[in-house]
Amino acid sequence: MPNLDTLYTSTLGGFQAAHDGFVQVALAVSAFLFVIGAVGVFIRRNVITVMMCIELMLNAVNLAFIAFSRAHGTIDGQILVFFVFTVAAAEAAVGLAIVIALQRNREDLDVDSFNLLKG
Amino acid sequence: MILDVVIFYGAALVALVSGLFVIAQRSPINSAFSLIITMCSLAVMFAMLGSGFIAALQVIVYAGAIMVLFLFVIMLLNTKQDEGDRGGGIGRAGIALGIILAVQSVMVVWKGAAGLPAKHAVTVSADVGRGLFASPRYLYAFEATSILIISAMVGAIVVARKEKEKGK
Amino acid sequence: MELLLSPGNKELAIDALIAILKIAVIFNALLGLFSLMTYIERRVLAFMQFRRGPNRVGPWGILQPAADGIKLFFKEEVMPEGAHKFLFFAAPVVAIITAYVSLAVVPYGGPLVIPFYGQVTIFGRPIDLQIADLDVGILFIFAITSLGVYGIVLAGYASNNKYSLLGGLRSSAQMFSYELALGMSWVSVIMAAGSFRLGDIVATADRMNVWVWFAMQFPAFIIYMIAACAEVNRTPFDLAESETELVAGFHTEYSSMKFALLQMAEYINMITVCALASNMFLGGWLSPLPGILPNSPLWFFAKMLFLLFVFIWIRATVPRFRYDQLMDFGWKRLIPAAALWVVFFSGMTAFFGEKKSPPTTTAAVSTMAPVGQVSR
Repeated sequence: MPNLDTLYTSTLGGFQAAHDGFVQVALAVSAFLFVIGAVGVFIRRNVITVMMCIELMLNAVNLAFIAFSRAHGTIDGQILVFFVFTVAAAEAAVGLAIVIALQRNREDLDVDSFNLLKG
Repeated sequence: MILDVVIFYGAALVALVSGLFVIAQRSPINSAFSLIITMCSLAVMFAMLGSGFIAALQVIVYAGAIMVLFLFVIMLLNTKQDEGDRGGGIGRAGIALGIILAVQSVMVVWKGAAGLPAKHAVTVSADVGRGLFASPRYLYAFEATSILIISAMVGAIVVARKEKEKGK
Repeated sequence: MELLLSPGNKELAIDALIAILKIAVIFNALLGLFSLMTYIERRVLAFMQFRRGPNRVGPWGILQPAADGIKLFFKEEVMPEGAHKFLFFAAPVVAIITAYVSLAVVPYGGPLVIPFYGQVTIFGRPIDLQIADLDVGILFIFAITSLGVYGIVLAGYASNNKYSLLGGLRSSAQMFSYELALGMSWVSVIMAAGSFRLGDIVATADRMNVWVWFAMQFPAFIIYMIAACAEVNRTPFDLAESETELVAGFHTEYSSMKFALLQMAEYINMITVCALASNMFLGGWLSPLPGILPNSPLWFFAKMLFLLFVFIWIRATVPRFRYDQLMDFGWKRLIPAAALWVVFFSGMTAFFGEKKSPPTTTAAVSTMAPVGQVSR
């Protein structure tokens, strides 16, 4: 198995230097997207859009995991991203099934109108 | 290398802008397409951060399956196109607070992540496989997620099923 | 400024030049192959149906694709009234981009060797007949195929036409239903080769005999061909776009160049799945008589053309599935079959033991640093 470290410093000189700013930018993008997603959950009125903002938050978390995996040089971040994919897929499937059932029963997808339990 | 830098920062910019579009668009379909673009640009960023395997998985799972599910539900449910934000003072205060929170969190993270190096961790997919299966730390979680997926599948089918007419 | 002149950037410039050359070759080859395929398909279908096919335009009708191209070029571009303007333009673009990009990781030979000249080098680098040797090659192709669904979904949605929308949704539902079986059919190949790289898979087929490899992967090959046929919306799975159903499906409202782009995307998808099958199951550029005839990219093309002929043959022979039969077949029969094959093959691998050392690729990894390689 070729030793990958020596491979890429010899053919692509200057490769490592460019990457040192990447983790910082990635974490900043992750923070911004997370907050944007959270704001979207509060602001938007359509249930499906709220679920999409939740997916945006999960994606931001994935980016943070990968950035930290790169920063620490371990593989744990990527494995956790794998699990986040799984959980997000399961949650999206069940959430959309609930949305379909809601639409069928109430013909309305406005989060403000689900207030039957309101005191 | 200049190409790496250009690609990474370009993808970061696209992710930021399309992330903003996700919450700013009126119709849910436009939000969905913006989210797809965000996910693909995030996949590019994953790849530049050294994990091509997770980048490919992001496109396959998120942009290729979950968002298709979202699009199907939106298109088949015929949601009303004109979805405004929550109006009134709450809405505007929410947006203002959101902008302040976003800028502040970016500033804090930027300052806190200043020293983090990019250790030369060239990961191949075999590393992820080894971490998942060969170490006992994540093996049980992996098996548990398979049970999670099965139960989610069954749950989704049961919840979304039409009630059968009695006497059919 | 010194960033621009560093030795890394000189290497980058050479790599970029080589990559652009390879891209130009493949792009033009695909354009030529696409137009040839339209002609060959019509001729072969015709001969199988006991008639002649287009034979007027040039000698044996070989200029028919040129005539079709000219006709499509001069047609009027019609955009329906309520159509979503941006998405109407974007749908064929997305379809064609995803169709072409997945060919960037498909190798069609080892390092380029011209028979009496020797190995070809540019600036001291051998040229591998593969644009980008990604570590996750097959996963990349799977990812781009997943994105190909969006071309159809967008085309159906943007036309502001209920029949187009339904046709587009049906087509895309069919596509991602059969993607699962497609992915599972690759698992045995990847397991046997120990790597996601296509060069490694061909190298593994080289180590064991090509015929042994094919016999070992034969059920996966069958599952793959069926799933690929459905993936490309090809008969017998082309209900959503056949002319007699749903008014031609998702490309009803498209005319002229956009329609040509959608057709091109479909044919190039077909070429991609055939190229992949010939690499993964048939041994790619390896010759069927290992000692006697040399390996060469010509074997790859021959195998790919044979598989394309098989697709046309199936089209001429088999009647179309009804949509519910199609989905039933995909979910209830093909996916369990593929899952059974995965379980069986994993059992065999666990029982007989894997190869201890990972294979080295025939495309030389150590001297190529392609521009498109992202995980480095």
